[in-house]
This record gives sequence, C-alpha cells and structure tokens, in this order.
Amino acid sequence: MKKTALSLTVLAALALGTAGAQTTLRIASLSPLSGGQSDLGTQIRNGTQLAVNEYKAQFKKLGFDLELVPYDDQADPATGTAAARKIAADRQILAVVGTLNSGVAIPSSAALQASHVAMVSPANTANQVTDRGLPNMNRIVARDDAQGGAGANFLSGTLKAKKVYVLNDKTAYGEGLAGEVEKALKAKSVTVVANEGTEEKSDFSSIIAKIKLQNPDAVYFGGIYNQVGVFIKQLREAGVTTPVVGGDGLDSTELATIAGAGATNIYYTTVAAPIEALPAAKVFATSYQKTFNDTAQGFGAFGYDAAKVVLQGVLNAIRSNGNKLPSRTQVETAIRKGNFTGLLSGAVSFNSVGDRRAATMYVMNVKDGKYKLETSINVKPVKQ
Amino acid sequence: MDLATLLPFLVNVIVGGLVLGAVYAIIALGYTMVYGVLQLINFAHSEVFITGAVVGFEVFRVLKDSPLDGYLKLLIALLAAMLISGALNVVIERLAYRPLRNAPKLVPLITAIGVSLILQDVLRVIEGFQGRFDLTYTLPGAFTTKFCAAASSCAPVGTFLRNIGIDLQLKDVVLLIVSGISLAVLNYLVNHTRLGTAIRAVAQDRVTAGLMGIDSNRMIAATFAIGGALGGISGVLFGMKFGTVNAYSGFDPGIVAFTAAVLGGIGSIPGAVLGGLTLGVIQNLIGVTNVLGSVVGSANLGAIDASYQRIGAFIVLVLILIFKPTGLLGKSNVEKV
Repeated sequence: MKKTALSLTVLAALALGTAGAQTTLRIASLSPLSGGQSDLGTQIRNGTQLAVNEYKAQFKKLGFDLELVPYDDQADPATGTAAARKIAADRQILAVVGTLNSGVAIPSSAALQASHVAMVSPANTANQVTDRGLPNMNRIVARDDAQGGAGANFLSGTLKAKKVYVLNDKTAYGEGLAGEVEKALKAKSVTVVANEGTEEKSDFSSIIAKIKLQNPDAVYFGGIYNQVGVFIKQLREAGVTTPVVGGDGLDSTELATIAGAGATNIYYTTVAAPIEALPAAKVFATSYQKTFNDTAQGFGAFGYDAAKVVLQGVLNAIRSNGNKLPSRTQVETAIRKGNFTGLLSGAVSFNSVGDRRAATMYVMNVKDGKYKLETSINVKPVKQ
Repeated sequence: MDLATLLPFLVNVIVGGLVLGAVYAIIALGYTMVYGVLQLINFAHSEVFITGAVVGFEVFRVLKDSPLDGYLKLLIALLAAMLISGALNVVIERLAYRPLRNAPKLVPLITAIGVSLILQDVLRVIEGFQGRFDLTYTLPGAFTTKFCAAASSCAPVGTFLRNIGIDLQLKDVVLLIVSGISLAVLNYLVNHTRLGTAIRAVAQDRVTAGLMGIDSNRMIAATFAIGGALGGISGVLFGMKFGTVNAYSGFDPGIVAFTAAVLGGIGSIPGAVLGGLTLGVIQNLIGVTNVLGSVVGSANLGAIDASYQRIGAFIVLVLILIFKPTGLLGKSNVEKV
C-alpha cells in the first residue's frame, strides 16, 4: 500500500517535471571511449561536447533542450553496431557524430540507415564508407583514394622528383596506395623506377642496393610505420638521404623511434591535421584545455567540426519545419544538402554520397625525429 | 647500364648476402646441434634466438648512457644473451622434451611448436608491461659508421675493399668477426674436448654411450645449453644488424635458418654454415634479379623482384634436396635392419 503511494508520488513529480521543461533534443557521439584507442575516441567525444555547449543557448531560444549522449564503440564493429541499435531506439536522438574507425562506421551506419539517423564522421577514410551511397552517412575528411593523388602531387610538385622508386608492403592497404601513387605519377610523366612489393620486416639490403644503383629522387613506401621505420633506418645507415614519402600508415610517433638517427627527410600524407595546422583552432584549443584539462588534438578538432555540421543541420531542419521538432528524415536531408560555415577546417558541403566537396590532406614532415606540418593539399572526391 | 657500375653493385649484393648469411648460419647451428644429438627439430629455437635479441636490446638500453666502450657493451650483451638463452634452452629441454624422449617422434615436435608459441607471448608480455613492442637497438654510434670511413686508418686492405666497391658498416665487420669466432670455438668444443667427444658419442648411440659411463641426460642438456648460447649470440647479431626486433620477429629468420640447416645437411656443423651463407647470398641475388633482367633486356627476369626472395630460396632448397637428399654436406644415414 505504502509502495503504491510512493510510486504514485514519484510518477506525479515526473509528469510535472516533464510538463514544465522544454522538449529534449539529443545528439549522440559514437567513438572508442575504452580500450587501446580510447584517447583518440575521447577527443572526438570531447570535441562534440564543446560544440554542444556552444549551441545550447541557440537551441534554448527555439524551445529545445540540447543534450549529448556519448556512446562507446571500443573500436570494435560489433560493439559499435550494438550501440547504433540503441541510438536508433532512442527517438530523441536526431543525429550521430562518429566514428573513429571505418570498420565500425560501415556496419553502424547501415544499422542506423533504416531509422534515418544521420551520421557525420570526423575520421573515417575508407572509400567504402561513402561508396555505398547511404543517405545518412557523411564525412568531413578526405577519402583513402585521395591519398595516392596527394602523395604524387607532393612528390612531383613540392619535391620536384623526376624519378621515384615505389615500394609496397603487399597488403591491401599498401599495395592499393602504391598503385594509386604509381598511376598518378605516370600521369604527370614522372619516371616510376619500380613498384616493388616486400613482406620483409627486417632485411632490406637487396632493395637498398637497388635504390643506390638507380639513384631515384625520392622513394614512396605504401606501408605501415613499423616496417617502413626499419627500412628507413637501414636506408639511412647505407648512406642514402633521399626523401621517403608515405601515406597515413606512417602516422605514428613510433616511426621516429624505430628509424632512430635516420628519422629525417620523411613525409607522409594524413587526414588528421595537427591542431596547429588549423588556423581557427586557437580559441578551440584553449577552451578544450579549460573544459577537459587536457590538450586538444586533431581528432578533437574534427569531432568539434563534425558536431557543428550536425547541429547546424538540425537547426536548418528546425527552421524549415516551422520551428517545430523535425523528424529524423528531415535532419538527414538537411545535413546532406546544407552548407556549413564557421568550422575549424573550413566550410563544408557534401556531394550526393556524403563526401566533402573539398577536403584537405595534410603533409607531415619528420625531421631529426621531430614532426611538423609541411603543407596541405586540397583534394576533391571523384564524384562531385 | 655498363659493367663498371654493375660489377660493384653485384659485389655489394653478394657481400651483403654473406653478412646476412652469417646471421642465418649461427641460428642454423642451433637447429643442427640439437638435431644431431636428438634427431629433434627444436622449433622453439627461433624464440630462444629472439630472447637473445631481447636481452641484447635490454643491455644496450641499460648501458646507453654509461661511459663504457662500445665493444665492451657488445661483449656484455653477447655474454648476457648467451647465458639467458642457453639457460632457457636447458629449461625447455628439461620440461618439454625430456619427459617425451621415448614418445613417438611427432610428439616432441608438437610440444616444440607449443613452446615456441608460449615463448612468443611471454616475451610480448614482458616487454609489453614496459609499454614496448618494437624494440629498437640503441647501438653505440661508431657501429653504424662506414667501415674504413677514414682512409688513413685502414689502408691497404680497407682501401682495396673500397676500390672494388664493397660498402660495409663497422657493425657488419663486427658481425662477421663475432660469427667467425663463435664458429671456431664451437668447432674446437665439439671436435677437440672431452665434452665434445661425449656429445658426439651420445649423438651416435645414446644407449651404448650410456654403457660407457656417459650420462646422456647431462650431455643432452649441455648440447641444449650450447645451442641456446649460439641462439643468444645470433639474436644480438640479428638485432644489431637490422635495428629492430619484436617478440614475433623470430619466426621468419627461424624458418630460413632451419632451411639453411637442411640445405647444408642437418646435423652437420659445416653444413649449417654453408647452408646459411648460401641462402643469404641467393636471397639477395634473387632480390635484385629485376635489375639484372633490365640489363640483359629480359622482361621475365625483370618481373622477379624482392617479393620473390623467400620463394626463390625455398626453390633452391627443393632442387638441392631432389638431387642430393641429404643436403650439401650431409652424410646419408643408413638404416640398419
């Protein structure tokens, strides 16, 4: 008897509370918050949080209470898909910022497709993420297939290479990348001395002998930092100082550790810009530091940008819906069709499949073991 | 491409192959010693050898800032690696092989593979606890300088080598010397000491040797200790030569060294050395076939690049085994009925 009375009071209080508050509107973030990649995933969540804080007042004026619900995908496709199903079931969530890993984005966006929850990715580069043409999946970073072209542009443009020795690690990633570079270099009539595959992890002596013999202006290696690092170490020990260029597989501080004294004259293309490379990011970096007591990194900035795209998209949808709560489908369309401004990485608009119409690749330089931004290259997706 | 540029290139490739082969040879000795005595392929040898590489890394890391001479550091690294790898090999024999000595031959082979997998993960955990995976050797700076960089200090031999285009780093020379000394000491130990005689006796006939008063268990343990110590040496040399090792990098060179032991005639000490050197040179030559192909204008040769290095070495192995099933220096083992 007593119990019933209590629950009735609670229910009444809840009902009153809801009646008094504004309509709650939520967006979700989906990124690894635990496990080995949690520091990157937390950056995305925090960046999103900063954008939400910034837009809270604007939503309040329109009568909406804006909330962020962070979800953890542990960088695991299955966990990410399960989280995506939870997101789809929460009717108050209108859109998602995420994910870090393409492998998670692909099944998660498919799981969200049926309920029209839009996703804006701050990090996924795999071609397949948008090649499927899902109406809800968008990204603000360049695609993998832009890397080959960007690498080739850098080789022939900035390094003025006339003769390039191309290597690959015989994986789908390395071989694909090296193939794209070879194609783009040949189109610029740069001589490609070789496109050689090697699974070797420790002994590069015969390849280095050939490089010495043919004396190329630069070496391109489509591979991962731990293999390329050993190669560069041995190359430099053999007295070859030729620039070595690679893709985002080299994007690790371990590269310089492995290459040791040889860690110099190395360049790689990546979509994750260091925060200093974004001219507008100074204020962002300060408020990030103040809010989370941690240093902002590239993924934090891109999380912030992706969240701004989502929030401006929701605002557009609210406006076109006569200042009433928009449906998920309306938000999905507003994001795909919108033009978004005031972002750290420049203005964003999407093509028909959800690729950013003009994205940026960053070229990083490793010199004496130190990493710094060399230049940035604008890239356009094949489809406009 | 003319002969004047091609010749030094080829000489270099062959010399590089010999240096590589010297590392394989010392690893192969570890396989061949154990096989010679027990007719057992110690598949855990690749991890015993990588343990040596890890010990070497730790010694160089700890001694990084000490004022000790570079060669003294190397000596300490070699001794520590010999001690730990040797002890590890003895423990492996005691725990994984001795209880199975009278079991069918397939059984210890399987435990060997098991031990190998366990050791990989143990090494991974030990280094992983300190946040490391790829272990990068911090060698004393002098080792990576060119051999005979200053012409005044090394005439006339160094000048001659440089003139014919041989391009070595100091560490390659050190590596060749260390493996040469190891081989000489091993040869003396096996052929000219009481211990060696006892080991050879056990290898020939364990039961009869036992009747002559030789404790075969002790001799087998001694064989494993020597084999492990050789593994330790080769591990340090491997780390020194290539710069980086991790818990899993033993597998590839282990397989090649095992192949080298078979190629030379497993059980034979000079055979292991010959097999190692042969494979090293063949691998390096296959790695540059495409350049040679472009010189003679053959598109078929031009298509054979560094990715065929391993396959090429195995094809040579198969060919040799077809025509000489006991390997290059192996003696045929007549089964008595």
